[in-house]
Amino acid sequence: MVNREVVGAHYGLRDWLLQRITAVIMVFYTLILLSALYAMPTFDYMNWKALWQSSVMRYSSFLFVLALAFHAWIGVRNIFMDYIKVASLRLVLYVVVILALCSYFAWAVQILWGR
Amino acid sequence: MRFQIYRFNPDQDSAPHMQEYDIALEPTDRMLLDALMRIKTVDDTFSFRRSCREGVCGSDAMNINGKNGLACITPLADVQEPVVIRPLPGMPVIRDLIVDMSQFFKQYHSVTPYVINDTPRPDGERLQSPEDREELNGLYECILCACCSTACPSFWWNPDKFVGPAGLLQAYRFIADTRDHATNDRLDNLEDPYRLFRCHSIMNCVDVCPKNLNPTKAIGKIKGLMLKRVL
Repeated sequence: MVNREVVGAHYGLRDWLLQRITAVIMVFYTLILLSALYAMPTFDYMNWKALWQSSVMRYSSFLFVLALAFHAWIGVRNIFMDYIKVASLRLVLYVVVILALCSYFAWAVQILWGR
Repeated sequence: MRFQIYRFNPDQDSAPHMQEYDIALEPTDRMLLDALMRIKTVDDTFSFRRSCREGVCGSDAMNINGKNGLACITPLADVQEPVVIRPLPGMPVIRDLIVDMSQFFKQYHSVTPYVINDTPRPDGERLQSPEDREELNGLYECILCACCSTACPSFWWNPDKFVGPAGLLQAYRFIADTRDHATNDRLDNLEDPYRLFRCHSIMNCVDVCPKNLNPTKAIGKIKGLMLKRVL
């Protein structure tokens, strides 16, 4: 393969937009979580357990973790694009990050809906 | 006045070094470029580019006390001693303050910086309304000095792939031109994770531009048009 500089992947807009949308979702979730904690009558285990058993909290946390995973993927990939110059190493690191984020996501779902 | 200046002559030096100068200035020496010319009279091995000496040609862009700027429009009264002068960051040094601008101009040429219009040529000029012409203000004034692109970390890391703020400002200058008919091709050319989307709005470009232009705003407008195109 010739060692030629290639650009023109024709993507980027979607990721740029997704990073902004996910950031807004995370800001809203932070506000929801802070309000829920503020509204707690007493900060004890029973109230804490009740908070995480509510569907609103579970689904909003699910959305938050999903947004966080996409946001982190785009951000970390951007860092690799800047600093990792060897394409094969970059690919390996992309796979590692994707696997890690998928595991974190699955783990978060298990925490939210597990017993 | 005291100066610390980056010196490198590839024919003689194995590595660059900083050289100190203590120069007596004349009352007529008002700008940094005047002082550099004064240094040149005592040390003619010292090399730098300069031409118009009034901030129009963009030849004497350099890093002055850590910030890119044009020597010819930097008043000596505004710089702190010792004045530390280095070549534009991230560019291959040819000698002293002279850098190889090939990569910068390659990126500039990659955005086809000229009006593309295949309609038959009118007898006179292709005219614009004053409102349409207004959109070009803050874009056409760029003198391609490279202060902005060489202050941009994204350009430091990927000068071969990222167009850089100067090139992107020029890209928008032709996208914004109502006489140009190649907007879609121009957007296609830039829709790339490296060419356009390496810009993370750090805004160093805005901070250093000696003509007070705003490449970040122009880049935002390109992104806005791309978004409008897909929505």
